[in-house]
Amino acid sequence: MPSPKRVGRIEFGLLSPKEIRKMSVRKIIWADTYDDDGFPYPQGLMDLHLGVIDPGLRCKTCGNKASDCPGHFGHIELAKPVTHVGYTRLIRKLLRVSCRECSRLLLSPDEVYKILGPEEERNTDVITEKDVKKERICPHCGAQQNKVNFEKPTTFSEIWTDENGRKVDHKLTPADIRSRLERIPDEDLRLLGINPDVARPEWTLITVLPVPPVTMRPSIILENGQRSEDDLTHKLVDIIRINQRFKENQDAGAPQLIIEDLWELLQYHVTTYMDNEVAGCPPARHRSGRPLKTISQRLKGKDGRFRGSLSGKRVNFSGRTVISPDPNMSIGQVGIPLSIANEMSVPIRVTPFNIEEVRAMVLKGPVRGSLTEPCGANYAIRPDNRRVRLNELTCETVAEQLEPGWAVDRQLRNNDIVLFNRQPSLHRMSIMAHRIVLMNGRTFRLNPAVCPPYNADFDGDEMNLHVPQTEEARAEAHMLCSVYKNILSPRFGGPIIGGIHDHISGLFLLTHTLRWFVKEEVISLIKFNPPEHLPKPGKVENGIEYWSNKQVFSMILPDGLNLVYHSSSCKDCEVCKKDDCEQDSYVQIRDGQLITGTIDKKSIGAFKGNILQRTIRQYGQARGAQFIDDFTKLSVRAIMFDGFSFGIDDEDLTKTEYKQIDEGLDEAMRDVKRRIQIYEDGQLEPMPGRTLEETLEMQIMQVLGKARDKTGEIAGRHLGLSNSAVVMAVSGARGSMLNLTQMAGCIGQQAVRGERITRGYEDRTLPHFKRGDRGAPAHGFVRNSYKSGLTPTEFFFHAIGGREGLVDTAVRTSQSGYLQRRMINALQDLKVAYDMTVRTTGGRIIQFQYGEDGTDPSKACFGDPVDVRGVLENVLKEEV
Amino acid sequence: MDPKMVEVIDAAGIPETTKNDLKKLMEGHTISSEQFEQIMRQVYVEYKATRVEPCEAVGVIAAQSIGEPGTQMTMRTFHYAGVAEINVTLGLPRLIEIMDARKSPSTPTMTIYLEGEYSKNRDHARDVSWQIEATRLNEFGDVSTDLVQMMVTVKINREVCEKRKVTVEEIIERAPDKIKQKRHYRDFVPEPDVDNELIIFYPKDRESYQNLFQLANHVRDVIVQGIDDIERVVVRKESGEYILYTEGSNLKDVFEVSGVDRYRTRTNNISEISEVLGIEAGRNAIIDEALSTLREQGIDVDVRHIMMVADMMCMEGEVKQIGRHGIAGEKESVLSRAAFEVTVNHLLDAAVANESDILQGVTENVIVGQPIQLGTGDVKLIAKPFK
Repeated sequence: MPSPKRVGRIEFGLLSPKEIRKMSVRKIIWADTYDDDGFPYPQGLMDLHLGVIDPGLRCKTCGNKASDCPGHFGHIELAKPVTHVGYTRLIRKLLRVSCRECSRLLLSPDEVYKILGPEEERNTDVITEKDVKKERICPHCGAQQNKVNFEKPTTFSEIWTDENGRKVDHKLTPADIRSRLERIPDEDLRLLGINPDVARPEWTLITVLPVPPVTMRPSIILENGQRSEDDLTHKLVDIIRINQRFKENQDAGAPQLIIEDLWELLQYHVTTYMDNEVAGCPPARHRSGRPLKTISQRLKGKDGRFRGSLSGKRVNFSGRTVISPDPNMSIGQVGIPLSIANEMSVPIRVTPFNIEEVRAMVLKGPVRGSLTEPCGANYAIRPDNRRVRLNELTCETVAEQLEPGWAVDRQLRNNDIVLFNRQPSLHRMSIMAHRIVLMNGRTFRLNPAVCPPYNADFDGDEMNLHVPQTEEARAEAHMLCSVYKNILSPRFGGPIIGGIHDHISGLFLLTHTLRWFVKEEVISLIKFNPPEHLPKPGKVENGIEYWSNKQVFSMILPDGLNLVYHSSSCKDCEVCKKDDCEQDSYVQIRDGQLITGTIDKKSIGAFKGNILQRTIRQYGQARGAQFIDDFTKLSVRAIMFDGFSFGIDDEDLTKTEYKQIDEGLDEAMRDVKRRIQIYEDGQLEPMPGRTLEETLEMQIMQVLGKARDKTGEIAGRHLGLSNSAVVMAVSGARGSMLNLTQMAGCIGQQAVRGERITRGYEDRTLPHFKRGDRGAPAHGFVRNSYKSGLTPTEFFFHAIGGREGLVDTAVRTSQSGYLQRRMINALQDLKVAYDMTVRTTGGRIIQFQYGEDGTDPSKACFGDPVDVRGVLENVLKEEV
Repeated sequence: MDPKMVEVIDAAGIPETTKNDLKKLMEGHTISSEQFEQIMRQVYVEYKATRVEPCEAVGVIAAQSIGEPGTQMTMRTFHYAGVAEINVTLGLPRLIEIMDARKSPSTPTMTIYLEGEYSKNRDHARDVSWQIEATRLNEFGDVSTDLVQMMVTVKINREVCEKRKVTVEEIIERAPDKIKQKRHYRDFVPEPDVDNELIIFYPKDRESYQNLFQLANHVRDVIVQGIDDIERVVVRKESGEYILYTEGSNLKDVFEVSGVDRYRTRTNNISEISEVLGIEAGRNAIIDEALSTLREQGIDVDVRHIMMVADMMCMEGEVKQIGRHGIAGEKESVLSRAAFEVTVNHLLDAAVANESDILQGVTENVIVGQPIQLGTGDVKLIAKPFK
């Protein structure tokens, strides 16, 4: 591909009437578009000189067909000048700072010197409206100045008091303004921050209106054969009509009143043509009542030209479908349905070395019926860049013609590299490069361990897939975007890809306390990732060989790994019992062998995984990825070994517990009542800086919170590690003890904005309660558990609390999205320069050394440049 | 530990924190010289491996690292941070507030540390707090309005004054001045009576009751002790010393109060810090505030990312907002500004001023469709094939 010319710079300026006429290829005088035969009128808005959009016709200016003609501008001569809405503020400023007689700047050279300083030292500062005092006398010609009034959207007037002391309001027509601005000397304009070489101020009063080419406002043909014109064309039709009438009236010498009305109407149409959302101006509407989308609206906003079409574009070679999990795949793979692989392609150039291979693909054509068949090809590209669609008819002839210099769009096949993405793309790990695996079915398959970076789940999420088309793009995807290169997050330097949910509970169940497996069991556990040979059995009893559960897990650990830490089930005892820990949460890995401890979230989980982090730092990304692949498979086997389920009867407690829970809650209720009594008796001592009510509320919230937690303790004590929910909470796989408390014990206080629910009826939340009742049930305390079921009032309060959460999420996403957009926009141009300073692309220095120490957070160990502890543990082979 | 090893560590070309970590963690372990050599070698290799690479788009990474966890933060505006009595804005709203570089936060608070004896003794700490907490005249005595004689009488309570360590005279002297100063209300004549611990205020306009009641309100609400902006002070004991937490913030005036430790006292009002202590302090305040806001939410973000944002905000020597009225709005490139917000106005203004875009930034180059000057797009090295 020849490298396109580089755009060096883009200069902005105004178009002068002269330039508009010069670039115009046709003067437009007819408001009509097409005649009865469907042929454009000459000098009409769809004139063939302006470019063509219908296939078959040729442009009368450049002679090209619709696909090659870029379009050409025309022009409309306006009967009288009109103001440009976008420049009304500039016009106001210029009228106020220039003399009404001589049009010079209303400041003497001395005053200018005072404001801007000596000529040599002037920077970008310019004279503003405020620098000129109102209604003064011109220092150049001595003329008395008048106040210039501006009324939205486009009306200007002068106000002065005449001899009789009456206020006179004299309207300034655009023609008056134009003649005033014309006389402002160039030097004065420079002081005002205007470059007269490209932007004379009188050009903001339009005398000639450029007519954009038809390619910019194509008409569409509806199903019934009717033409539907673009909004801009509609607006131009209006302008030409009024302009025509204006001219006729002017030539016929119509009364001033009519002329003024028409002038104003022309002004309205030109205004709305530029911007249809001007304040104080009713928007021009389509027949259906929909406001027209004119030039300003095309550029503005999220779907406007800038944000919608220039900064981001629609692309080819992309696919989208639902995702589903497959733990037997590597994290770096993605399973794609055959139907998608057949549709998407990679171009390959035909060379003498691959011609036979490519010919086979071309012969195969676009139909690939099963996973095992080799890939075919969809298109052949001839040396003259013409595409030939391959099908049963063409593929044989094309295969014969094929020779070096051609290119062929080959279908995707196993191990092709693709970019995989899930919106919202909040960080760079939202787009990663995967290798594809063709699969049956209709969904994209991915290893659940890569869910955290995408923030994906499988409740119906869809994801996008893009196929890089050039060798450079594939190289960058492989070297920079690959899943393996993104296991460690640059946000905090820890792993973002790692075990989730069942991976964690599976390995927790496998490694918790000591267990022994016979050979058959061991092999069934590790059959997806077998080591070269089984280690020596941990014990032999009665001639039977046994391996411990820790040995089984150690088989997937990297050789020689040394690591000691506390797992997430650690209860933070004051003195650690180490080897004798009751929770088995003292994890020791020596020389690649798990000695004690349970593997859980802190070991292999995403965000926290200690083993994962250490493996990647010491053994590299490939080994880290291998480890993730291994444990995802092992954990699935392990969880299936015992089985793992959770049902309604898992929340069952015995009568004693229910009694204890009831007693606890009754006690809390009595406590609340007592405190209310104290308050009502006026005995309550307020907390410093709080009112009595606030103090009481805080006390009640505290009492009820404690009561709820107590029920959880009672439930937790009874359930223990034999309960699935407890296993999940303790291992960190999913949920917390609070969730269990709410299921088995008591849901607790429902809150709105951190306070008890007080809204509703007069002095009460619901008509079920007495007025002024301050008790717990009347203000949203839910005594029941999810298991026991809620009473109607409790259910209502619970819904109130739940609603708050939903609103919160909705508001938060939009707010944080905007914050991120702003931050990206502010920081996007920063990079590390070759001298290790941080600079903008323009070369301004922001930091002399990145992050004050030049450490890359994605390579650092949770922020530290060197993982000293890790190095020491590795060398000394003991806990540091 | 072997002094030789310490020497080697001190001489090594690694950051101070790493040296200190090494010394601290090696303490109490017997390390052979071979092992030591191995350690130093590994440390060195690792240090080299963690350097940033040139052309890395560190700005975008920083923005993403702070923005992405934003979705996980709570919206709950108020939270009790440390002290149950004082409300502080936290979570996403606070983060937005920091990035917006507001003139004053929605809940300004100060943490005032005390010097020497003041920090040890609760009573002394309380004395300092009297000097800081804004106290209105009605807390020092009874304010009564006499409709017959058209006057407002204040009977000052000596006990309260003693408790709050001010003399009655001071209050009698200060009250009328303060009303005139802060409230711009001058339509009265004060008549102090030190012996009876009384001040009587007569309105100049002896006919209007409205005036009298207005005067009474002013008298009641005039702040006669403490610093105006500081509504409330709470004394707390934390790790062995007394600390004052305040609602409201006024760094400059608090620094004047004797007993305040100027080195450790801080406020959450970033623009105030940068005004009083300079832009470098402002930058550090941004880093501290942003980091503690994120930490409080349990979100782990590397400091370097926050430093990047803070440095960008403070680049010009004053704290600039992240957004339209700050960094993004003052960019050199027309296209970049147009692509951010208020598209049309930027284009129109650029035309009049004859601005030109030299296409250095990211957005500009994306818009015209050419490689950006970051990452792999920034490498200008091209291999010439042999002829």
